[in-house]
Order: sequence, then C-alpha cells, then structure tokens
Amino acid sequence: MNTMAKSATPEQALAERTARGSCTTVSGRPIAPLYTPADVADLDYGRDLGDPGEFPYSRGIHATGYRGKLWTMRQFAGFGTPEETNARYTQLLAAGGTGLSVAFDLPTLMGRDPDHELSLGEVGKCGVNVASLADMEALFDGIDLGAITTSMTINSPAAMIFAMYLVVAEKQGASWKTLSGTIQNDILKEFIAQKEYIYPPRPSMRLVTDVFAFCTEHVPRWNTISVSGYHIREAGATAAQELAFTLRDGAEYVQYGIDAGLDVDAFVPRISFFFNSHSDFFEEIAKYRAARRIWARVMRDRFRAQTPRSWQLRFHAQTAGVSLTAQQPYNNVVRTALQALAAVLGGAQSLHTNSLDEALALPTAEAATLALRTQQIIAHETGVAGVVDPLGGSWFVERLTRELEEEALAYFERIDAMGGMVEAIERGYPQKEIAESAYRFQQAVERGDRVTVGVNAFVEREEEPIGTLYIDHTVAEKQCGRLARVRADRSDAAVRASLERLQEGARGDANLMPLLIDAVRAYATIGEMCDALRQVWGEYEEMAVI
Amino acid sequence: MSAKIRVVIAKPGLDGHDRGARVIARALRDAGMEVIYTGLRQTPEQIVTAALQEDADVIGLSILSGAHMHICPAVMTLLQDKGLRDVLVVVGGIIPDVDIPRLKEIGVQGIFLPGTPMQEIVDFIRKHARTRVESV
Repeated sequence: MNTMAKSATPEQALAERTARGSCTTVSGRPIAPLYTPADVADLDYGRDLGDPGEFPYSRGIHATGYRGKLWTMRQFAGFGTPEETNARYTQLLAAGGTGLSVAFDLPTLMGRDPDHELSLGEVGKCGVNVASLADMEALFDGIDLGAITTSMTINSPAAMIFAMYLVVAEKQGASWKTLSGTIQNDILKEFIAQKEYIYPPRPSMRLVTDVFAFCTEHVPRWNTISVSGYHIREAGATAAQELAFTLRDGAEYVQYGIDAGLDVDAFVPRISFFFNSHSDFFEEIAKYRAARRIWARVMRDRFRAQTPRSWQLRFHAQTAGVSLTAQQPYNNVVRTALQALAAVLGGAQSLHTNSLDEALALPTAEAATLALRTQQIIAHETGVAGVVDPLGGSWFVERLTRELEEEALAYFERIDAMGGMVEAIERGYPQKEIAESAYRFQQAVERGDRVTVGVNAFVEREEEPIGTLYIDHTVAEKQCGRLARVRADRSDAAVRASLERLQEGARGDANLMPLLIDAVRAYATIGEMCDALRQVWGEYEEMAVI
Repeated sequence: MSAKIRVVIAKPGLDGHDRGARVIARALRDAGMEVIYTGLRQTPEQIVTAALQEDADVIGLSILSGAHMHICPAVMTLLQDKGLRDVLVVVGGIIPDVDIPRLKEIGVQGIFLPGTPMQEIVDFIRKHARTRVESV
C-alpha cells in the first residue's frame, strides 16, 4: 500500500520520494511497475478500440490522424483594452498561430460594465474588456472573421458576446453561414468549478439551448459549446473526475437540447470538448482515448444518434495552469512541453500551451511566443505527428484507458440516480467531490508524498525575478471613456425598446438570440443586456461550504 | 486555556476560482482554528462586517485576479474605521512582487504566493494573531 506513510517526517518522505519512481499517478491512482498482455486480456480490438476513424474512436476520430491535418495551434490571449489585445493577435498570427482564442476579463465574464462598482480593480486584468459592440469592433479590427476561426471563452454571457461577434462579422461583410469558431457556452462547469455564473441553472440552460437552435439554422459551422473539463481539473478534480463530470455535462446538454425540441443529429455534431493536459503523461493520454470511447457509446446507444459526426468527440486541450510554479519559472517551459506532447499523443484537435510566467501574471509577448514555438517543435521536429495513436496497444495505456472509463461510468450512474447533472449541481455533489480531491492533493504535497521540482524539492534559495506583464489602472479609464462615448452616441430609446423586447422574450419561450442581436446592433452594453435578464430570472448564489 | 483562533476566509472581487480559499479554510480548521468562509464575490464592506459579527482575529483574503491593490486598501481602511485595528490581515494569491511593499505598508501582515505550504500559513497565523483567553 502507501509505503510513504511510514516516513516519520515530510522531509524524510520527500527524500525517499526523490530517490525512486512513483507508484501512483498525479490523481492518486495506484499503478503497477509493469503491465503485460494479462492486464488487457478481455480487450477486444474491434469492439473497444477500432481503427482510427472507426467506432468507438478510442484511437482517434480521423483515419489519417495528423497527416490529414495538424492540430490548430490556438493560443488563448486577452488583456487590457481591445486595441492592446488586437495587437497581440496580430503578433500571434504573424508568428504562425493558426486560430484566435479570446480571453475576457472578469467584468465581461460576469456581465458587468467596466463602470459598475463590482468591476473596480478588475477591468482588463485577467483578459480583455468588452462592454459593447464598439469594443468588439476594435478587438477584431483588421482581422477577417470570414477567414479565421475564433474561440471565445465566455459562458454566462456567451449569447451576448456571440451576438456581438455576429454583428461585427456582418459589418465586415462575412456570411454567418461560413463563420467558424467556438464559444465556450458551458455553464454547468461554472456551477461545478469556475463559479462564474449569473443566473440559476435552469434559465442558464435555456440560453445554451437557444444558441444551439439558432446556430443550427443560421451559423451551421459554429461550435455552439465547448464542454469543458479544463476548469474542473484546475479546481482540483482527478483525471477520472474531469472525464466523468465533463462527459456527463455533455450528456446533460444533449438531453436539454432534445427536450427543447431539437433533432439530436442536427445539433450534437457542433458540440466540442475542452480538456486539461496535466502532468501525468500516460494517464492524460488514456483520458482522451477513454473520452472518445465513452462519448461514442453514449451518443449512439443512449441518445440514439445516427450520424457518425454525433459520435465523434472533438476536443481542444490546454496544458495545466495549476502545474505551473512561481518558483524557477523557466521549469514551466519543460512542464508545458511534456503536457502538450501528451495532448498530441492523445489526438487533440487544437491546443493551447501555457506560458512560463503564468503563475506570476498574464504572459508577456516573449513568453507567449515561446509557448507557441513549443507546439511548433512538437509538430515539426519530433516526428510524433506522423503516426495515428502511436501508443494504442500499449498494455499500460490500454489498461489505464479502461480504468478511467470504468471510473467515469460509475460517476454517470451516481449522477443519473440523482436525476441528472443539474440536480447533482443543485445538491452540491460534483463541487464536494472536487473539493475533497483538491484537499487530498494538497495534503499529499505537504506530507512530502508529491514532488514539485523547485517548490518542495531541488529548491534554490536565491532566485532572479523575471520580467512580467503589468496591467495598470489606465485600462479602466480608457474603457469607461469609450463606454461613455457609446452611451452618448446611440439612441437610448432604441436600446430601451430592444431590452424590453428581450425581457418579454425571456418571460416567454422565444429564442433569445435574435433579440440579443437586435440589442447589440443598438449598442446595448453587456451590463444592460445581462441586467435585463437578471430582472427576469434572478441571480444564482451557491451555498458556501468548506 | 487559550480559545480557538477565529478566522474569516473571504474571496473578494468578481473571480470565482475558490480552490485556494477552500483548501486553506480546511487546513486552518484541521489545525484547530474556527473558520468562517464567506463564499464568493464579497465586497470589502461585507468582509469587514463579517469579521465584526464573527469577532474574528484574522481575515484571510484570496485574490488571484489582480484586484488586490483596490481591495486590500479598502478592507484596511474599513477595519480602521470600525476600530478593528488588532485583526490580523493576510492575503494569498497571485501578487506581483512590486505590490508587496505597498501592501505591507498599509498593514497587510502576511502575503502568501503560489506554492506556499499550508503549514507555513498556519504557523504564521498562530504567531501573529492576537491572543485571546477563554472567559469562563
């Protein structure tokens, strides 16, 4: 069992730990020193693996893997004003980035204008501030939305921000029919992990399904949701919990879409996923393989989806922010490279690599470029992109894949028994499971059972500080200034009328997307649109438990 | 016999990343302290009111979003106004080095950056929190 427990002190435990290999994964899963064919004796190739591009897609959704198309190198970026972020995008695209990914600040994520009292000190700090269509126009100035794909990390106000994007595209002359990109739009993981929610779960789910229905008709190439395990993992979940809660969230959205009257094969192919790529190399690879297998079976057998595109799980991956250390920050380049390699070996469709300075601040331009270079080296120098699922058939990886699958399906049963994920969230179930795992992990670190290089082992007493990005308060002044000009230039009567129509729609069962697009065209602000719905639906508050 | 140290753990600002706040709250409780967790998105007024009502010896703020230079001065001023000068204030989170001297200057005694062991925070609070004696 846990031989570490015999150590008298954390220092002794750490000394023992640094002298030999680990016997558990970073998630605490026991692993054997050796795997043999006996560990996967009941694995059936056709049933459980299949060739790449074949059901159940354990080995990947494309027959040709990365030979057909490399993953998209999509670096998440956003800070300060729309102009500053626009300059960073231009730089990333010039450096060979192949897609955009927008990080919004907390006021935007929480549906507050920059001049709201709760926005004090937060404007432009964790991402770019976008309050109205004017900001969105500045953000994408000179970038052809018809030619690029954009991912936007926005959840509670996803429909409002998406409406702004559609209007900018329209003004550029790009057709909605050909627009491509992703909005995260995953409210369930906000309740579970990241906690940037506004409305209670049920009206929040209605906004999500309104986006599904609207895009099915008007923006058919858009990924309407990115069901995210990333934040669940960062909050402290194990790999199996990340897998289980994310896929069960996915199933919940599918059920709500069906209940809203949508045809399963009309909207499910536009559902995408977003996973963490953490430090435990093989466990992460197994996680992605298990995710594809579970989703394929759930979609075919539980939801009776007919088209293979509904069965195929596509995912974006991001390296683990939580694994980055403030100490010896250059070590983070190595961590990120290995995590990125796991995502590639697991068959990610797109990837973000974190920058070395992100335990300290938002990344500098130099750090962000180095993170992109890391992906380019994996893609073009290591040779790993040449063979599909190169670890398929490894007794260890296949065994881990099955263990993760079984653990995730056990969670499915527990959550189904509660009535579904919305009900489980209302009971605080996934939140408690994650908090337990987070605490257990931290205790393992303190006991010396977990080594973090540069933090609790191989520590350097004197460290030279590195230069970091500093966002100053003038961002808030600039954004409040533009907001004041927008309010002065627009027709307040038109804004009021559009917001009244929005509220009327929210009280009934109209699709809210066209109403939001009208409000955006009138230059209604994100705070005004979100407040209009707050007045109808109220706000969610979670029970604070420790 | 000395009574339990009473700690209010608060998450001010708009950020919802509460892993650190929750882990620390549990660690302090397991170390024998009385911990009150306020939950998310507390204004400085709400935090100081909670400290007053709970007769707190310590306020622990978890801030990762970069809003610390707005939130900490507001909390410190309110504590002064309410006569809670002997409440120990500590902050954990992502705090750039350049801001640390200013935070110390306004009276934030403990500043804990990513990677700090829980035990270090427990020890710091035990050493610096006001001592209280159980009234029988």
